[in-house]
Amino acid sequence: MSKRGLGWLNGLVTSVFAGGVMADWEINLPEPVSPVTREIFDLHMLTAGVALVIMIIVTAVIMYSLWKHRKSAGFEADQHFHESGFGKWAWVFVPVVVLGIDLSIAGKAAKVFDLVEDTTKPELTLKVIGSQWKWTYEYLEDDIRLVANLNRDIPETDPLYLRDTDHRVILPVDTRIRFLHTATDVLHAWWVPALAYKKDSIPGYINETWSIIEKEGVYRGQCAEICGTGHAFMPIVIEAVSKEKYAAWVQDKKLAAAAALVEASADKVWSKDDLMARGQEVYAGNCLACHQAEGQGVPPVFPALKGGLITTGEIAGHIDIVLNGKPGTAMAAWAAQLNDLEIAAVVTYERNAWGNDTGDVVQPADIKAARK
Amino acid sequence: MTTSTDHYYVPEPSRWPLIGAASVFTFLFGTVLWMNAWGAGPWIMLVGLGLLAYLFRGWFGDVISENLSGSYNGQVDQSFRQGMFWFITSEVFFFITFFGCLYYLRNITLPYLGGEGYLGTSNILWEGFTYSWPPLQVPDASNYTVAKEAMGPAGLPLWNTIILLSSGGTLTWAHWGLKKDNNRQLVLGLAATIALGVVFFILQAYEYGHAYAEMDLTLNSGIYGSTFYMLTGFHGFHVTVGTIMLMVILARAMKRHFSEHNHFAFEAVAWYWHFVDVVWIALYIFVYWL
Amino acid sequence: MSTEAIHDDHHDHAPSGIGRWLFSTNHKDIGTMYLIFSLAMLFLGGASAMLLRAELFTPGLQLLDPDTYNNLLTNHALLMVFGVVMPAAAGMANWMIPLMIGAPDMALPRLNNLSFWLLPFAAIMLMISMAAPYFPGGGTPINTGWTLYPPLSIQVGMGMDFAIFTLHILGISSILAAINIVTTIVNMRAPGMTWFKLPLFVWAWMLTGLLLIMIMPVLAGGVTMLLFDRHFGTAFFDAAGGGDPVLFQHLFWFFGHPEVYVLLLPSIGVLGMVVPTFSRKPLFAYKPLVYSMMMLTALGMVVWAHHQYTVGMSQAVTTYFMIGTILISIPVGYMLFSFIFTMWRGAMTFETPMLFAVAIILMFSFAGVTGVMLAVVPADLQYHDTYFVVAHFHYALIPGALFGLYAGVFYWLPKWTGHMYDERLGKIFFWWTTISFNLTFFVQHFSGLAGMPRRIIDYSPVFAEFNMISSIGAFAFGLSHLLFLWIIIKTIRGGDKAADKPWDGAQVGTPGLEWTLPSPPPFHSFSTPPLVK
Ligand code: HEA
Ligand code: HEA
Ligand code: HEC
Ligand code: CUA
Ligand SMILES: [Cu+2]
Repeated sequence: MSKRGLGWLNGLVTSVFAGGVMADWEINLPEPVSPVTREIFDLHMLTAGVALVIMIIVTAVIMYSLWKHRKSAGFEADQHFHESGFGKWAWVFVPVVVLGIDLSIAGKAAKVFDLVEDTTKPELTLKVIGSQWKWTYEYLEDDIRLVANLNRDIPETDPLYLRDTDHRVILPVDTRIRFLHTATDVLHAWWVPALAYKKDSIPGYINETWSIIEKEGVYRGQCAEICGTGHAFMPIVIEAVSKEKYAAWVQDKKLAAAAALVEASADKVWSKDDLMARGQEVYAGNCLACHQAEGQGVPPVFPALKGGLITTGEIAGHIDIVLNGKPGTAMAAWAAQLNDLEIAAVVTYERNAWGNDTGDVVQPADIKAARK
Repeated sequence: MTTSTDHYYVPEPSRWPLIGAASVFTFLFGTVLWMNAWGAGPWIMLVGLGLLAYLFRGWFGDVISENLSGSYNGQVDQSFRQGMFWFITSEVFFFITFFGCLYYLRNITLPYLGGEGYLGTSNILWEGFTYSWPPLQVPDASNYTVAKEAMGPAGLPLWNTIILLSSGGTLTWAHWGLKKDNNRQLVLGLAATIALGVVFFILQAYEYGHAYAEMDLTLNSGIYGSTFYMLTGFHGFHVTVGTIMLMVILARAMKRHFSEHNHFAFEAVAWYWHFVDVVWIALYIFVYWL
Repeated sequence: MSTEAIHDDHHDHAPSGIGRWLFSTNHKDIGTMYLIFSLAMLFLGGASAMLLRAELFTPGLQLLDPDTYNNLLTNHALLMVFGVVMPAAAGMANWMIPLMIGAPDMALPRLNNLSFWLLPFAAIMLMISMAAPYFPGGGTPINTGWTLYPPLSIQVGMGMDFAIFTLHILGISSILAAINIVTTIVNMRAPGMTWFKLPLFVWAWMLTGLLLIMIMPVLAGGVTMLLFDRHFGTAFFDAAGGGDPVLFQHLFWFFGHPEVYVLLLPSIGVLGMVVPTFSRKPLFAYKPLVYSMMMLTALGMVVWAHHQYTVGMSQAVTTYFMIGTILISIPVGYMLFSFIFTMWRGAMTFETPMLFAVAIILMFSFAGVTGVMLAVVPADLQYHDTYFVVAHFHYALIPGALFGLYAGVFYWLPKWTGHMYDERLGKIFFWWTTISFNLTFFVQHFSGLAGMPRRIIDYSPVFAEFNMISSIGAFAFGLSHLLFLWIIIKTIRGGDKAADKPWDGAQVGTPGLEWTLPSPPPFHSFSTPPLVK
């Protein structure tokens, strides 16, 4: 291959990696906005560069040989090549060179890895819980809880299709954030390439990652470990805001949460309409991913709630499955995740929506009783 | 021609392999149905088992009569030996898997759940759970029955160790008999080995019964029960298979099938039995004792 | 070498009728059955890949629902790995190893037939596992991918039980085949066929066999534990009972990583035959090459957890696995360089097997260097479970395993059938597959880096272009296989008569005894062992 050809190849590939050629095609890891992801990005560019150089050398040697040493050009095989100095010593020479490259890559990688593993001294701890198929976030210091579901109102042609959620995770910039990863049912993996590399969310165990977001903005990612039917449908959206805005947001959230708690625990008797309205919200936020918007489910995996035996049968049975779930299936126990009001509302909703029309009204007090 | 010993014996076409594949398939197919509570399951399993028994009888029968008619030369004998050697190697890896699991669960991840080590943070999900081995506590008992006490090394397990070790001795004694062409010693040694194997089996069954009835140590007792029954269960399965093989060998010995120079089948079974012995020792140390 | 002891007439008529195949004890017939089975499975596994790619052609749900997609994905991988590559390699071992080392047959001919016949039954069971969920009471389809990770695999319906037993049957088959092959190589070499006269293909299979004997039991143990967790209340993979889902991953990858070398090594063996022949020069550094294969086998057993960098292993353990993995570039690099130096200063011609060989060396190097990128822990925390990985392993699996087998098919077809294949069609097939293969999988590196996770049925339009290119490439790649089928049928039906030693008689170095026999070889080849030198 000629020099010009090599230069051309080199140019093409570097520009592809650098993202120059096709402006609106993402072809590399996104621009990092955290110290860890930046170090990882540089490491990635280094190894990709080494890979590229090796490929160029290998290709060049082979191409040259194919051209020069073909029989059709009259080349006679050199039966003594393996006895030449190179032939005798290649078994030392080749491994040593490869070992050298290996160790330099590994050395650099080990340094970056030290940084990755350093999850100490967080200023903010965010517990991220994966469930089929939504993310729950708990701000441990501030006792805030947030559930994010796929935003289903975006058309297939929109670049945000499958990349947007109903609630955003709000995080402050320039703050050392520690993420704790776990799951309630199966494996998931929380991955926002620009600011947080992935660690798996494993039910019963907690993995840790960290980040310092350096730039305000909206960052997107999605679940990166197969988790069943809805694996393609659990995106992540983070909005990084200034520290002041974040403090204000926390304040708002706390007030709202306190109000909701008071509301739920007050021994108030709710009207059916109120319960239906709230129930619909709860349903959309928690149940719709499996049981679908019209309660039709996805048989045989997810049963239809519309006209279902349980949803139109005994109230106690209905409350029981929502509180305790069904072990061994995707149906989770909701007792810990939803408060009495929410469960009462969603059960009332399910018993009256989509033509179930049982007319039953379930009150928070009933749920409190059912919890034992 | 075929009996000439300077030709490697290549058998005529045989229907056993096909029957073998079909019977394995039938048995496993039935097992799936059974596990999923389909009525036909056990019956299909039974058919599969019957086919398997028929298969072993037929296939080994063919091999035995070929051997007796002198079709095999030394190289064929070598092939059988090496084949058995590699088979036992693969069995070794099977058991390494289970011992590896025990090590991993016991020394790496159970401590995590109890709040020690690299993923010790996990303990915030299991408040009140602390690490100990044997674990008479599980992180969340709602789906498990927790064992009341642990299985110690004394008593039955110790007896079983003695029994299995002496069965290795009696087998070796039988082998000496074979080498001396003393058929009586061979038959007696084999019979004693089988008897010890059966006693082992009975004691093991009794121990399981005791564990289930009195100690609440069941398959369902969390990780302790799981590892305990997996390791001892698969070992017990191997003892059973080994005992059946010994019985076949005993029957053949009584028909005087073996001679000083031609007794591959005996040796294969002996290797297998010794292997099962060694596994037991490891089991005794790691499951009952430490 | 002696050619006289080929056969005596008395022995040479093959049994007739269907019984010849069903009850066979002949290594060539069994080898043929393996190869045909594998070809059939290639079309099945390929058809599921085509469905996947058709679904991924544009964003949105078109053809499949998510569970069916994942079910097809799982089956695609299992069929390709266990149904295509391993049986094809075993078929070639059956055909060639006894011929190469001068043995009358495999060491244990009946066992050989059992290893084969387990496969069609396993395939049937896999089909049942795929269909079961669509019957009443079948539960969720297998939506886990081929890695079958719990707890997801515990939620799956009875299809999973069938899949678990499929793996058991496949495992028995592989272990028995491996035992047989290893025994054959150790015990059946003709007098004078010493270890370092063995053709590279035989060495490759020796080590593959050892790997199989060591890893298949581990997979069997792992899926058995899964079965117990599903049905008998054990807690191996459930934290609530003190278990750990990650344990399964360790077991799977203790099998899974050596498995990729099981797929690779036979193809390396084929290259060790093809490259010297068409370079007209003995293999460069044969002995060190054998040693590097041994080193690969050993190292390959102890680096499995590089598939699990994201599960949370301590820093020391992870670093160990990283360094071990990166070091694998030494033996593999050495093998590829040996092939390059065999070509260097040779007198090359470019028949189809050689075209494939050259393409493999290039494209597999590429897979290897992306593999080393993946091996670097911090970077893998970004790459893991994206299409970057999918691209890496299709570059490894298709050139590294599948194309190697194609090279073997073209190289040995004349020996097997007695006819030369159509060289022009062979060359068309080569260019067609190579170009469409790269079209399919090259772009996946970029969609992966841009953030597209693997195993998703639907994706955002930001990844649309790459997926469309990839799907178009895949359809072209799929179609090329119809040509492949045609070339093979055509060769079996007729064609130029192949010489005993085709390819200008250029097999030099350690070519094996197969070339001393006629093409096709008689039904019984060496009833008395030939003497080597
Ligand atoms: C034939 C199959 C095959 C082969 C041979 C390989 C070979 C290698 N693989 Fe690959 N791999 C797979 C099949 C294969 N792989 C599959 C199927 C998966 C995914 C499974 C799943 O999740 O479903 C996977 C996934 C996979 C991962 C996990 C990624 C992830 O999930 O996050 C990693 C990480 O380390 C990896 C690394 C490697 C390495 C280092 C090699 C090395 O052996 C490569 C060595 C070769 C070279 C390096 C090239 C030649 C050398 C030179 C030219 C010398 C100079 C080179 C250097 C100095 C770098 N592979
Ligand atoms: C040896 C193994 C092997 C081979 C050969 C292949 C071959 C192919 N693979 Fe596969 N693949 C895997 C092993 C393999 N794969 C594994 C292990 C996984 C991971 C699974 C997991 O995540 O669990 C995977 C996953 C995988 C994915 C990822 C899906 C996802 O993550 O969601 C994709 C997507 O493009 C894909 C595509 C293909 C294609 C297009 C081919 C093509 O090469 C296939 C070409 C062959 C044919 C097409 C057959 C012949 C032709 C016909 C049937 C005629 C009809 C043709 C037309 C109608 C056009 N494979
Ligand atoms: C991750 C998926 C998933 C989510 C989210 C989910 N469910 Fe379910 N649900 C299931 C599955 C699976 C079953 C079937 C269990 C079985 O096999 O009996 C089920 C069963 C039920 C049933 C019994 C239906 C019947 O006829 O058997 C009710 C009622 C129910 N769910 C209510 C809810 C409510 C209320 C919510 C939200 C607060 C919810 N589900 C969220 C998966 C889910
Ligand atoms: Cu959650 Cu994938
Ligand atoms: Cu690997």
